[in-house]
Amino acid sequence: MCGIVGLYLKNDALTSQLGEHLVAMLVEMTERGPDSSGVAIYRRPAAEGYEKLTLFHSDPGYDWASLAGEMQVALGDVDEPEQHDNHCILTTAAAAKAAVAWLVEEHPEIRVVSVGNTIEVFKEKGLPSEVAARFKVSEMEGSHALGHTRMATESAVTTQHSHPFSVGEDLCLVHNGSLSNHNRLRRWLMKRGLEFQSDNDTEVAAAYLTYQINQGASLKEALEAGLEDLDGFYTFAVGTRDGFAVVRDPIACKPAIMAETDDWVAMASEFRAIARLPGVENATIWEPKPATIYAWGRA
Amino acid sequence: MPKVDLSTDTVRDLNQRLHDLEPGTTETDWRVINPMGAHAVAVGLEASVHVEIDGHVGYYCAGMNKEATVVVHGNVGTGFGENIMSGTVICHGNASQSAGATGHGGLVVVKGDTSARCGISMKGVDIVVGGSVGHMSAFMAQAGHLVVCGDAGADLGDSIYEATIYVRGDVESLGSDCVEKEMTPEHVAKVRELLQRAGIEADASQFRRYGSARKLYNFNIDHAANY
Repeated sequence: MCGIVGLYLKNDALTSQLGEHLVAMLVEMTERGPDSSGVAIYRRPAAEGYEKLTLFHSDPGYDWASLAGEMQVALGDVDEPEQHDNHCILTTAAAAKAAVAWLVEEHPEIRVVSVGNTIEVFKEKGLPSEVAARFKVSEMEGSHALGHTRMATESAVTTQHSHPFSVGEDLCLVHNGSLSNHNRLRRWLMKRGLEFQSDNDTEVAAAYLTYQINQGASLKEALEAGLEDLDGFYTFAVGTRDGFAVVRDPIACKPAIMAETDDWVAMASEFRAIARLPGVENATIWEPKPATIYAWGRA
Repeated sequence: MPKVDLSTDTVRDLNQRLHDLEPGTTETDWRVINPMGAHAVAVGLEASVHVEIDGHVGYYCAGMNKEATVVVHGNVGTGFGENIMSGTVICHGNASQSAGATGHGGLVVVKGDTSARCGISMKGVDIVVGGSVGHMSAFMAQAGHLVVCGDAGADLGDSIYEATIYVRGDVESLGSDCVEKEMTPEHVAKVRELLQRAGIEADASQFRRYGSARKLYNFNIDHAANY
């Protein structure tokens, strides 16, 4: 069991409340996932020619300023690092691939949690309320966000195994369920140049979508291909820089509920996560059909 | 009339108060407000009481019901009225998966649609759905009636035993060992009676009947592909 939530704002006036609503949704899913929790928030696009990285080091006292200085010398301009507990946002003029390659080579103690123009990912072991407080998620503004509460079933409880998984630039996936063909698919994707940070099944799904999108597919087309290639039980909520999508496996084994108003689209594992959103009393509420892709924005 | 506000009281308190009612209680009409998608609201009721719930509820609402009438003015999550023994449970909105699952008796009414596996393993309950039902509804249904005023999703009545399914609209596909059967005047009368008990208006003569071909009861090598 796990809990997933997603919130996509259609009304820009609500962007300052994104984090606050996301945390309320996430905390409501505590019983579904008390082991670890995480969020992906799409906000503050990096300036033209810059890339934004979310980095992790287990020590909250890690010297990010020194790392940024080193990176600046090696790769080009780096903005002042913005630390969020044991995560850090670094914005750099270096190309994403070069920055990641440099980090892997020079600082293997650092883990790259997300890369892109707008995405930021924060995840950690512990109850959703603790994780949200640790990163002050409720204070974060943004256009859309995903959240995950994990009850681990197929791999260890570590920060590394926490969701969400972001493999491609600005692409992020949260998952309730379990995939049965992820080992084979991981090998297949590795042969095609995809890299993995864990043995987690969800990371494979994120990598699969990244692969399809890199091949030219839209998010919707990538998810359609996934319905053929991903075997197992899943409800996915997927975010891209300016898109949001939800899909369930053809048997609809894992729960999902969606609601939409003129101001927002929300999805969650259970309705109670949506029940307190503003204007929910007038929302259109429905259960997504199996093997059907629901998408908003430029998906 | 006792009124319970779930924004201040817990579901456990509500259910305990309902369980503590003695036979012959005069507190027979209850109202529950602000359920906010909570699970297990009004489960395991054994007293002959009437509970109205204003708003959407989560999983297993009115599960294991005996005698009571539970009415939800909203949507219900997974397992609405699951394992109902008797009494009546009514949802005025839509229901998620497995509505009326394993029910032994009584009546489950969903005025809107249900998603997958409505009436899975039903054992004598009557289920009336005003809208459509999702895939694998009445899977392994053993006894009772499932009436669907709209359409039925794929694999309706898969591995069905002796339950009877009536569908007015389209059936996407029938599951293993489920076949269409003749609709006699006796069956039309049964549908009419169930619709009337459910308070749903529909023309009973427009329904078609589905049930077991009884080929999977005992293992037969010639039917191996159907299992």
